[in-house]
Amino acid sequence: MTESHVGRVIDTRKAEGRGALISYLPIGFPDLDTSVDAAVALAENGVDILELGLPYSDPVMDGPAIQAATQQALSNGFRLSDAFTAVERIRARVDVPVVIMTYWNPVLQYGPTRFADDLKSAGGAGLITPDITPDSADDWIAESERTGLDRIFLAAPSSSEARLKQIVAASRGFVYTVSTMGVTGARADVDAAARDLVSRLRDAGAERACVGIGISTAEQVSEVLEYADGAIVGSALVSSLADGGVAGLARTAAALSGRR
Amino acid sequence: MTDLRTVDGPFFGDFGGRFMPESLIAAIDELTEAYETAKVDPAFQADLAELHRTYTGRPSLLTEVPRFAEHAGGARILLKREDLNHTGSHKINNVLGQALLTKRIGKTRVIAETGAGQHGVATATAAALFGLECTIYMGEVDTQRQALNVARMRLLGAEIVSVTAGSRTLKDAINEAYREWVASVETTNYIFGTAAGPHPFPTMVRDFQKIIGEEAREQVLELTGALPTAVLACVGGGSNAIGIFHAFLDDADVRLIGYEAAGDGVETERHAAAIQRGRPGVLHGARSYLLQDADGQTLESHSISAGLDYPGVGPEHSWLADIGRAEYLPATDVEAMEALRLLSRTEGIIPAIESAHALAGALRLGRELGPEATLLVNLSGRGDKDVQTAGRWFDLFDEGATQE
Repeated sequence: MTESHVGRVIDTRKAEGRGALISYLPIGFPDLDTSVDAAVALAENGVDILELGLPYSDPVMDGPAIQAATQQALSNGFRLSDAFTAVERIRARVDVPVVIMTYWNPVLQYGPTRFADDLKSAGGAGLITPDITPDSADDWIAESERTGLDRIFLAAPSSSEARLKQIVAASRGFVYTVSTMGVTGARADVDAAARDLVSRLRDAGAERACVGIGISTAEQVSEVLEYADGAIVGSALVSSLADGGVAGLARTAAALSGRR
Repeated sequence: MTDLRTVDGPFFGDFGGRFMPESLIAAIDELTEAYETAKVDPAFQADLAELHRTYTGRPSLLTEVPRFAEHAGGARILLKREDLNHTGSHKINNVLGQALLTKRIGKTRVIAETGAGQHGVATATAAALFGLECTIYMGEVDTQRQALNVARMRLLGAEIVSVTAGSRTLKDAINEAYREWVASVETTNYIFGTAAGPHPFPTMVRDFQKIIGEEAREQVLELTGALPTAVLACVGGGSNAIGIFHAFLDDADVRLIGYEAAGDGVETERHAAAIQRGRPGVLHGARSYLLQDADGQTLESHSISAGLDYPGVGPEHSWLADIGRAEYLPATDVEAMEALRLLSRTEGIIPAIESAHALAGALRLGRELGPEATLLVNLSGRGDKDVQTAGRWFDLFDEGATQE
């Protein structure tokens, strides 16, 4: 089994006294070229791990900002194979790990084996799978074992201790800690449930727990990194890219990472 | 083929399962456990039976329709009258069961998706009856074409959320209900309307609907002394169809035929025929036949009938299709509307446009099989909600007329 690139980056940042900053942006928004430039700009402005969203017709875990962006990408003609192109182009320009966040059906239709092979050869690090759980993911877990790609499952405040153990055991890279009972989108405060869930995940044996959903400001990132191994920012970056282009996005990323 | 009735999920062959976000698993586990307990609890079954007797109006009638049958090759046609249930469709059968469960698990609020509005009306009705808060998610396209049902739900005290995402129909109403459920799951139960979605919904909804076929099987036997030649139903998600099919699954000689909405025709791009034109995929929590493109993006379905306008189908139907136990055939908008008018004029029964797809199938099948055949058709809903659509379709409104 190859070492997890994602895991190594998080461990390095922790050793430096701070956790990792993880960004989310959809591929193909507002168009494929700009989404590649945007990802590179994030990496050049202090983002440690890039999470790229694969646009999907039925994104049940996403709020309005990400729904609108992924819908636009689809309307502009996004094809699944563009995801591998994007990963390859980003990896040619910056040395940060790239994981894909995808709903399950696109992977299923492409074929989990072929998807894993193509992601691996494009230089991708793994998958975040928001609408399947380890008990429904045998085929993906097998492909991840075969290729060494990370498999990042979600843990929720509502998860039982038994399920947290199962999620921790099945995950590789980190566990995506869902901060609140809700879908993606900026919120005024990061839910106190996040701190509790990270602690429960550690009790369940998690090596790395990164928190996502509702994190949009530098203050919230710092607050989360006091107890978690990484902070994931999504909707705020999508809005920043939509409003201010790649230059505006770069400034937002620099502010979030403290490189302003 | 003697034990198909015992298959209970989570998988039906390769179909079904529970492909859901982790955030909802705890609630689904809770519901599964509550249902497993209730299913074998005589008190729960007695409560439900009493509601069916005194509130829904069960058993529903079996009506023979000879004047309609003259247009169907003289085959004997028997309608299972789910349209006569309180709230006007089969949806109440399932909703009362799930509302009783909601009380059992101690939740005070229910949410539901609706297409034609029949499931929404049934849920709003049960919420009023049980004193539960109620929010219904409905695609914007559907709130427009089924405006009467929107008003009915509001009258019953429900809040209606008009969903403007995606195709603005049933599929997107389900997406939005899932999103809302993630945020409110502690106090809120999701009353799912069709025999699709993640386990336990396909099994639970089927169990609450199978009373249709169980009654009808007895009624047909009593009336004709034999089992029917074929059982026909329309299929969107498939709850009325599985409800009437289930009692006959192990009667190998009885043909089971589901009619999918063919919209402009299954050879066009505008239809909702998931089994006939789709391929297996995962949507809304289950693996089943699905209209999708090469990348697994869900395609928009099309049907004049809001209740059948869904790109997926329940997993038990996908399985019955694959093992060849049930057949799935198309019925177009035009065929359904003609059948709707014919039943209205020959028998004085205005069917829902959804159910009219099964009637269109009966006209075709009757002509094929002739007078020897007995066709049992699930008349799953009544057409009051569709009068506006039919009025436009058949040009029935006086020019310049307005409703006072």
